[in-house]
Amino acid sequence: MTAKRYSLLSLFREGLNGHKGWQPAWRAAEPKRRYDAVIIGGGGHGCATAYYLAKEHGLTNIAVIEKGWIGGGNAGRNTTIIRSNYLYDESAAIYDHAMQLWKGLGRELNFNIMMSHRGVLNLAHDDNEMRQLKRRVEANQLNGVDAEWLDAKQVKEYCPIISISPDVRYPVLGATLQRSGGVNRHDAVVWGYARAASALGVDFIEKCEVTGIEIENGKVTGVRTTKGDIKTGKLASVTAGHSSVTAKMAGIRLPIESHPLQALVSEPLKPIHNCVVMSNAVHAYCSQSDKGELVIGAGIDPHISYTQRGAFSILEEEIAALLELFPIFSRLRLMRHWGGIVDVCPDASAIISKTPVAGFYINGGWGTGGWKATPGSGHVFADLIANDKPNDIAAPFTLERFETGKLVAEHGAAAVAH
Amino acid sequence: MLIITCPYCGPREQSEFHYGGEAHIARPADPQALTDGQWAEFVFMRSNVKGVFAERWNHSSGCRKWFNALRDTSTDRFLAVYEMGAKPPQIDAPELRTPAGEPLIGSGNDETKVMTEAEMTEAEMTEDLGGGS
Ligand SMILES: Cc1cc2nc3c(=O)[nH]c(=O)nc-3n(C[C@H](O)[C@H](O)[C@H](O)COP(=O)(O)OP(=O)(O)OC[C@H]3O[C@@H](n4cnc5c(N)ncnc54)[C@H](O)[C@@H]3O)c2cc1C
Ligand SMILES: [Zn+2]
Repeated sequence: MTAKRYSLLSLFREGLNGHKGWQPAWRAAEPKRRYDAVIIGGGGHGCATAYYLAKEHGLTNIAVIEKGWIGGGNAGRNTTIIRSNYLYDESAAIYDHAMQLWKGLGRELNFNIMMSHRGVLNLAHDDNEMRQLKRRVEANQLNGVDAEWLDAKQVKEYCPIISISPDVRYPVLGATLQRSGGVNRHDAVVWGYARAASALGVDFIEKCEVTGIEIENGKVTGVRTTKGDIKTGKLASVTAGHSSVTAKMAGIRLPIESHPLQALVSEPLKPIHNCVVMSNAVHAYCSQSDKGELVIGAGIDPHISYTQRGAFSILEEEIAALLELFPIFSRLRLMRHWGGIVDVCPDASAIISKTPVAGFYINGGWGTGGWKATPGSGHVFADLIANDKPNDIAAPFTLERFETGKLVAEHGAAAVAH
Repeated sequence: MLIITCPYCGPREQSEFHYGGEAHIARPADPQALTDGQWAEFVFMRSNVKGVFAERWNHSSGCRKWFNALRDTSTDRFLAVYEMGAKPPQIDAPELRTPAGEPLIGSGNDETKVMTEAEMTEAEMTEDLGGGS
């Protein structure tokens, strides 16, 4: 079951062999009748959860059930911005837990996730925003999250192509910089987790939709799928945009609404944009991929939808915003655009929680910004599933917080920014 | 871009409208009597339906009136528009093939597509996009 190691030597050997000897990265599995745990959703968070369940908790008789293909949801559609400079202690804890895991993940999974810690700038365009962002820098530093404040001139030094001209509608007055922030290759992360988990014995069942949840005496006993029924005592929903749909199968209502979120890429360019730039006020963010394409995104479409499509007017606004920041891009052609369905929570924080149904766990509500949390989220969620008890990092993100009022209100740090 | 039929002005582009979210969430009649759980339900919990969904729109750059709509959130097709305060009209929309079925495009699992390309085209040809029905 162990996967062949990827290495320079194996690449060289396969090069001579006409690349005919590569194995599939994970085994295609058919569902067994019973598992110790079943994970619904083979996105980044689902695959990470499976990996840590197998690796750290020894649960290997488990399955990931995915209605499409592994990584075809938001995992394969996001703009991969990674940072951990959130305001509150609870958020700093989970996002920075993820940040620390990202740093060694490629090596741990033996998969090149193309992690690039190139630095993330969050721009300020007015006095109020400047005060808020400076406060965030202070909060971050107290939490041991790397953060610094740059004035406009330093922003220009860090990102030479940005316009800091004072005579625009929203001039750049300064920015926060998280140097450890950056981008990576989304597909590689999902494939790397799936490959490593598969090698530990986890079954990945693709093109299989969970259509119902079996509950007896308030306890999960199994799932119904388009490939038959499966018995299990532990069921974990990690279905992002479909969180409400899955929860409904167990009779649970969530505070989540699902919206389209779009992104687009330009034609490829020579290396020109060396960091990640995000702006809440003008509503755009941009980085350059290793292929040379500019990767561009902005905010959600306002309406609820599951179609993975959004309105053109949203793209128009984000391009206008982008060009105010980067007039140099004005003649670029755009190549592709697409949408995902993001699961937005009222306090812009996720739900990692037990539910009123024993043995049924939910990880969702990551909204527009869950990619950066993938390893941390999977790690603490696996812990919750294995021990039926949240650890300190997961504990604030319960479903009950909407009843107690102990919200983790991160709109300022999340907003347009991912 | 959605084409939305304002019951007062007719079909217009989505950018003329403001979204009002889920419709028919009744304000508590006796707020003092509510438990924390009931407040959570009213303030935060949402049905977030995949399928036929009742929602509110405001024609903010037009007549500025509010109205309700029934839309299938799995295809974005509008099925009916109706006045604020009215109950949702009866419509016969097809059930989703599966609860979480795959979207129209970009699907890796044709068996659970919410609607095939051909069905979508047929629906668009035959339906009365004039709305109001
Ligand atoms: C355009 C866009 C840009 C983004 N940019 C960023 C960014 O820059 N930085 C950042 O941190 N975050 C970003 N995000 C958010 C991030 O992508 C998500 O928060 C994160 O990927 C969600 O977790 P996931 O990977 O597990 O989700 P997904 O990949 O969506 O996984 C959920 C899976 O569940 C499956 N599923 C659903 N229902 C069922 C069922 N009934 N049975 C079986 N399987 C089911 C789905 O098919 C899907 O594969 C962005 C999102 C989008 C759409
Ligand atoms: Zn009107």
